[in-house]
Amino acid sequence: MSVQRRESGHRGGPVGGFGFGPGGGGGPRGGGPPMAMPAEKARDFKGTLKRLTGYLKPRRFQILAVFFMAALSTVFSIVSPKIMGQATTKLFEDLMMKLNHVPGAHVDFQYIRQILLVLVALYLFSAFFGYIQQFIMATVAQKTVYDMRKHVDEKLSRLPLKFYDSRTHGEILSRVTNDVDNIAGTLQQGLTQLITALVTIFGIIIMMLTISPLMTLICLVTIPLCLAGTKAMTSRSQKYFKEQWKELGILNGHIEEMYTGHQIIKAFGRESESINRFNDVNERLYEVGWKSQFISGMIMPLMTFINNIGYVLVCVAGGIMVTQKALAIGDVQAFIQYSRQFAWPITQTANIANIIQSTVASAERVFELLDEVEEIPDSADARVIEFPRGRVQFQNVKFGYKEDVVLIEDMNIDVKQGQTIAIVGPTGAGKTTLVNLLMRFYEIGGGKITIDGIDIRDVKRGDLRGLFGMVLQDTWLFNGTIRDNIAYGRADATFEKVVRAAKAAHADHFIRTLPDGYETVLNEEASNISQGQKQLLTIARAILADPAILILDEATSSVDTRTEVAIQKAMANLMKGRTSFVIAHRLSTIRDADLILVMNNGSIIEKGSHSELLAAGGFYADLYNSQFAGAKAV
Amino acid sequence: MFKLFRFLKPYSIPVACVLALVLLQSLFELYLPTLMSDIVDKGIVNGDINYIMRIGGIMLLVTAGGTACAVLAGYLSAKTATGFGKILRSKIFSHVENFSLHEFDQIGTPSLITRTTNDVTQVQMVTLMMLRIFISAPIMCVGGIIMAVSMDPSLSLVLFVAVPVLAVAIAVIAGKAMPLFKAMQAKIDKINLVLRENLSGIRVIRAFNRTDYERNRFNDANLDLTSTAIKVNRMMATLMPMMMLVMNLTTIAIIWFGGIRIDSGHMQVGALMAFLQYSMQIMFSLLMASMLFVMVPRASASAERINEVLDTVPSIKDAAQVKSAGGKSGFVEFRNVTFSYPGAEKPAVSDISFSAKPGEVTAIIGGTGAGKSTLINLIPRFYDIDGGSILVDGVDIRELPQENLRAKIGLVPQKAVLFTGTIADNIRYGKKDATLEEVQRAADTAQATEFISVMKDGFDSVIAQGGINVSGGQKQRLSIARALVRRPEIYIFDDSFSALDFKTDARLRRALKEETAGACVLIVSQRVSTVMGADRIIVLDEGQIAGMGGHKELLETCGVYREIVSSQLAEEEIA
Repeated sequence: MSVQRRESGHRGGPVGGFGFGPGGGGGPRGGGPPMAMPAEKARDFKGTLKRLTGYLKPRRFQILAVFFMAALSTVFSIVSPKIMGQATTKLFEDLMMKLNHVPGAHVDFQYIRQILLVLVALYLFSAFFGYIQQFIMATVAQKTVYDMRKHVDEKLSRLPLKFYDSRTHGEILSRVTNDVDNIAGTLQQGLTQLITALVTIFGIIIMMLTISPLMTLICLVTIPLCLAGTKAMTSRSQKYFKEQWKELGILNGHIEEMYTGHQIIKAFGRESESINRFNDVNERLYEVGWKSQFISGMIMPLMTFINNIGYVLVCVAGGIMVTQKALAIGDVQAFIQYSRQFAWPITQTANIANIIQSTVASAERVFELLDEVEEIPDSADARVIEFPRGRVQFQNVKFGYKEDVVLIEDMNIDVKQGQTIAIVGPTGAGKTTLVNLLMRFYEIGGGKITIDGIDIRDVKRGDLRGLFGMVLQDTWLFNGTIRDNIAYGRADATFEKVVRAAKAAHADHFIRTLPDGYETVLNEEASNISQGQKQLLTIARAILADPAILILDEATSSVDTRTEVAIQKAMANLMKGRTSFVIAHRLSTIRDADLILVMNNGSIIEKGSHSELLAAGGFYADLYNSQFAGAKAV
Repeated sequence: MFKLFRFLKPYSIPVACVLALVLLQSLFELYLPTLMSDIVDKGIVNGDINYIMRIGGIMLLVTAGGTACAVLAGYLSAKTATGFGKILRSKIFSHVENFSLHEFDQIGTPSLITRTTNDVTQVQMVTLMMLRIFISAPIMCVGGIIMAVSMDPSLSLVLFVAVPVLAVAIAVIAGKAMPLFKAMQAKIDKINLVLRENLSGIRVIRAFNRTDYERNRFNDANLDLTSTAIKVNRMMATLMPMMMLVMNLTTIAIIWFGGIRIDSGHMQVGALMAFLQYSMQIMFSLLMASMLFVMVPRASASAERINEVLDTVPSIKDAAQVKSAGGKSGFVEFRNVTFSYPGAEKPAVSDISFSAKPGEVTAIIGGTGAGKSTLINLIPRFYDIDGGSILVDGVDIRELPQENLRAKIGLVPQKAVLFTGTIADNIRYGKKDATLEEVQRAADTAQATEFISVMKDGFDSVIAQGGINVSGGQKQRLSIARALVRRPEIYIFDDSFSALDFKTDARLRRALKEETAGACVLIVSQRVSTVMGADRIIVLDEGQIAGMGGHKELLETCGVYREIVSSQLAEEEIA
């Protein structure tokens, strides 16, 4: 008797990858994890499916082998109940003979032994093929997913910044991880499950027909009931699942907000309100949650019930038929087994439909990413700036992030080697944009930018960016030691060099007050050091990188002016002979610049040195003077 | 994990019912094969069709009964598990809301968020599974054994060999697989980490030409994950076939030995058939039970984290005997205050003494890490000091109820935090029942009206989570309005004007001066222009007071102050 695969609703790996293993191992299939996302629909199902199968193409022989073995394994396990039935029938007949006191009646063990040996062989084959197919599938599925991940990552590195700026990180991340994992799980388990389920269903029907068409009919009565039942349950629970997902999102958002703003809540004494609001959402979640749980949990008992009805029918009808010598007792047993075996593939197939839908939806999202427009590739015959001197020119440059919104119109500047240029203006005036263009993070719409006379589009991006040292407003420090963070720009830096750079940035002192000094590991949000300290580290990093052109983007605004003076002194040394662009908010930092570019609404409205601009009495002078107008107040 | 089950107390009756119902259901399930064997042994053998039909009818009743039990049990367990989750979440959230900032620093905000959301979900899921399976599996297993033994004790010996073999096989495979699963989870985390970093630092990566390095990093993580995943899945591939093989071979053994028993007249065929079914039920329930042993460790990890949160006691509590502030209003005094962040080598502030009266403006200026923010965070008692005392309105703040203390204070923090809701809601955060006029007035003073009025919905404009649809400067102004509407005795501005351009800054401070005239104002700033006009300037350097007094006085007596000033103002303006 083959295993009665209990109507657990799960199959594949021991009821769900042995403990709902982490993604990639295949989560619980079938009923799906209680809190799963409702299956989404892909927009272009056929097209995406085709493309997905394209990914499998390189391994198609292995996949075919797997399918074949899965089918074979299933066939073996389907045939066995019938054969076992023959053993039972023989036993029964022999027993009947004994009871009827037929002389010389005994159990024909020879015959039974033969049957059992055949069964042993069948089971061994079935197990063997079952194992091999999963074994091979493991490699196939994981390698396919590996390829996918790799393609995505490589694609990401070729996408322009425009892509990153227009999406949330969460969204991009979700595609690369969640969606890919979803595909992995389906490949690993879902495909073979589908084959197995289909083969089982048809195989069983065929076997049943060979034994008794009438009984088959009786059994089949339960199928439409099963299907109808599953469908009804699933669609109802889907509704609640969607609600649940929504409420969960709201709750999580609330929690995140409250925890992040904890200081404010405490300062304004709003703890109890926060709790009340939480409880409201929590209650709603509960209401929706238990309903969805209940309904999806109903599938199992319902299936069991329908199955049991089938079981009863088989017992009764079969019993009657045996009495009328229309059927052998072993056949009844076989039918019992078959009817039990029937239930899960039906539910399984219904679920697989869902799973395939969500997998194709995931694949579609991944392919969307792979189809994104890439950056203009570096020109084939790129030029190299051998000994960069740092002469930067903007000629008639035009640019806008969006087609119809032009931010920079006909900009012309000529920066000579070693000069310090300060860029000043209200927020959104176009200061960061200037940097984006210099570093060729975005392509300009018209005109050209040259460094040492060479158009930056003729230089490899890597080389171009190597010329610049950036200190951004948004410091980016990663989960690593302070030392690694400082050395990020120059992988071959010795520890002495790191320390020297740190000293020049006035970071050395505070680093040494930390428990592990330079080996202190910054956590992911780098929240174990203050904002100002973060900037000092970023400055040290730029100092170490020792670039031809410096870009300081509001770098020192979180650092107090006193420390900034010391840094400026160090920077002044560093800047000797190096062209520097300083985007600052503090007029005090700008005072010593060679040239000040005053920007507003995307264009340069004034140019000149500090004293010149003050004398001119324009926008800059206005801005400067207002710094002291308020000094009398407060 | 089981520590958390104390929260199931309100559900003890439903749980007991579930236990009973599942027991009943299992019994019903177990009874069916016996009935079937009766059909065969009595009905078919004797050719008694009526008997067969009658038994069939009983079987239908039995199965209906079993299903009814299952449905009811499902209803109760769904309610129990989700209710449990609800209670757990609520308890955690309320507990965390009472935390002081210290506990938040200790555990970390993202971790707290995960614990309140994901970890609770894990525990809830496992509880549900436990209610469903944990009870039915052992019952089916034990019940099946009992039924089998009662059918035919000697044949049951086969089971006593088969079941342990199965159990051992499952245990071995599971034992090998678990560490691999753990490793896989770590590798998934790693890949996620690399990706997250690549996304958030895309500019820096490209600027520093680290694209290749990052790509290699990703490839390594990818390869690592893939090879582990393959190992895991190969390991799991053995499980199903192996289990099925054991079960099937057991079946064969049963038929063989059963045949012998039949031959010797000790057993009936129907009984044999029933026996086969029981043996299947037993082995399958064993499988189900083993699944649970795998799920529980994962939930245990979550449960542990939750318990850690629940066991953390807020370090700042109201004193047993609280005092009231009496008649005074707007007095802040520091007496030899010293404070170190927990675990730090050096104190963040040491021996700070000053006093501020209502109507006075006290400015605090100093370098990065000098202790300015720390100092003012001590006033609302976000942390408890190590030495000295802080008095508000003449009473040590440790003796005041926290609620009362904070009601006196209007805080504008360094980084403006707004919440989801309308602009009016956010401003009203400072004073729950503020009228529209009060809200508008506060917005006016904070120089926020100019941008609010050009927004489509004005004061009813919705702020998205995290305040991403307003600029930094606008957030700060709303944050200031929030404190203003409260009309507190004590204002604390922690570098609150930094995101504003100079013109707005100046206008704002002019307006503030009027509005805050009767209160005690403390300002932290790095701009000399802001502090110049204060009644008292405190210069902090490495946690200690380097100088205190008026602008001119400090210029003469305090070197640190001179340095700061000279870096900001041109020579002519200083005088």
